[in-house]
Amino acid sequence: MTWDSGFALSLIPQLLAGLRITVEITVLGMLIALVVGLFVAVVRRSRIPVLSWLFGFYVQFVRGTPLLVQAYFAYFVLPDYGITFSPFLTGVIVIGINYSAYTAEVYRAGVEDVPAGQWEAATALSLPVPRTWVRIVLPQALRTSVPVLGNYLVQMFKDSAVLFAISVYELMGHVEAIGSDTYRYLEPVTIAAVLYLIVSLVASQLVRLLENRLALSR
Amino acid sequence: MSQIAQSQSAQSRETMISFANVSKSWGDNHVLRSLDFEIGAGEKVCIIGPSGSGKTTILRILMTLESPDEGLVTVAGGTLWDVKAGHKPRETKQMKATRRNVGMVFQQFNLFPHMTAVENVVEAPVRVLKLSKQEARERAVELLGMVGLQEHLQHKPAQLSGGQQQRVAIARAMAMRPKVMLFDEPTSALDPELIGEVLEVIRELAHSTDMTMLMVTHEMRFAEEISDRVVMFDQGVVVERGTPAEIFKHPTEERTRRFLRAVLER
Repeated sequence: MTWDSGFALSLIPQLLAGLRITVEITVLGMLIALVVGLFVAVVRRSRIPVLSWLFGFYVQFVRGTPLLVQAYFAYFVLPDYGITFSPFLTGVIVIGINYSAYTAEVYRAGVEDVPAGQWEAATALSLPVPRTWVRIVLPQALRTSVPVLGNYLVQMFKDSAVLFAISVYELMGHVEAIGSDTYRYLEPVTIAAVLYLIVSLVASQLVRLLENRLALSR
Repeated sequence: MSQIAQSQSAQSRETMISFANVSKSWGDNHVLRSLDFEIGAGEKVCIIGPSGSGKTTILRILMTLESPDEGLVTVAGGTLWDVKAGHKPRETKQMKATRRNVGMVFQQFNLFPHMTAVENVVEAPVRVLKLSKQEARERAVELLGMVGLQEHLQHKPAQLSGGQQQRVAIARAMAMRPKVMLFDEPTSALDPELIGEVLEVIRELAHSTDMTMLMVTHEMRFAEEISDRVVMFDQGVVVERGTPAEIFKHPTEERTRRFLRAVLER
């Protein structure tokens, strides 16, 4: 099979549309992962009976099963129990939940990095626990967490390709559609790889810039 | 004569801090053994003694950073801890209300590193005392001026020397207007040339306020100078207590003599 430039060019609008969906999934999925992960990390650290243990199990369970299995479960099994979302929404939720287990661990490490003396100073000033989290502990924990969270964002962007398996028409979904229509994979896969690479590189650079800025403002 | 007058006035003061039968151990290490003692309102008391003798634990229990295994602790008439042997200590509303009377200055300063000096001092008065931002800020500026840091209001802890950081920490604790101020070895983490400026601030507080002050320190001359009373502590018990003159000039216990010889001959 030889490279057909005319064919390749004709694919670009469709693949860019797919890339757009990929980016949307990543942005929405990361929002879920950031919020849910933070909630999980704070509850676990607060040692609330039962709930903290349950969230610990949640992290182990989600990290211990493959994203593709979770996606299949959500898309093919849950509808049997009356829970049905569009492929796009299912994909966003699945990848968000999946990554929340990882972000929860990132936050946890950041929180553990905050010295005990910070909690003690807050107690000595009678700051209520929620205020201590919001004003004292999290601002310091997030500083160490942001670079790692940034790397997870880039990783999620690439991992979202898996979601073509539950018929989400993101970038890889379009590659698969073109391939099965035309029996040509060389051009769509190559273009997709280049698009993934460009976005990943740009995003990684942005993460690094952010990292340097945080290091400077310390 | 003046000493007698002083100790009489100390007795007639109302009690600010009281420990009754307070015990605390870590496994086999008994850091406090049925401790009983009282401190009157406005008294300046220094606790001296060898490292690991439980001195800091007394302060940490008063700040509710640690709980006793047993005993009753009250501050300003409110119950901070009331723990029966074998029962789990609990955080109560009463404890939280009582704790408001207590402030603490830490060995390691424990300033909030992401906030400027002013923000460090303003935070709790705004959130806890519900002062307006404007009023809290004015008071913070005043307090930071009092500890000689009017030039450093907008500096973050990392931009300040250890002595300056500790002075911010003192201003931060003062901003909550505590009746009792605890100092946990406030100069131990400082370079020698920075100790003086921090002691000067504490000395000024001791002379100019009616706050009750309880300090754990290794600065013997300072303890002698500012205290109304000195408590010698070792292995979880009070070895000896008295006026600075009694403890430093005429200690009655051999243990105290040995300790003072060791630290003063450094």
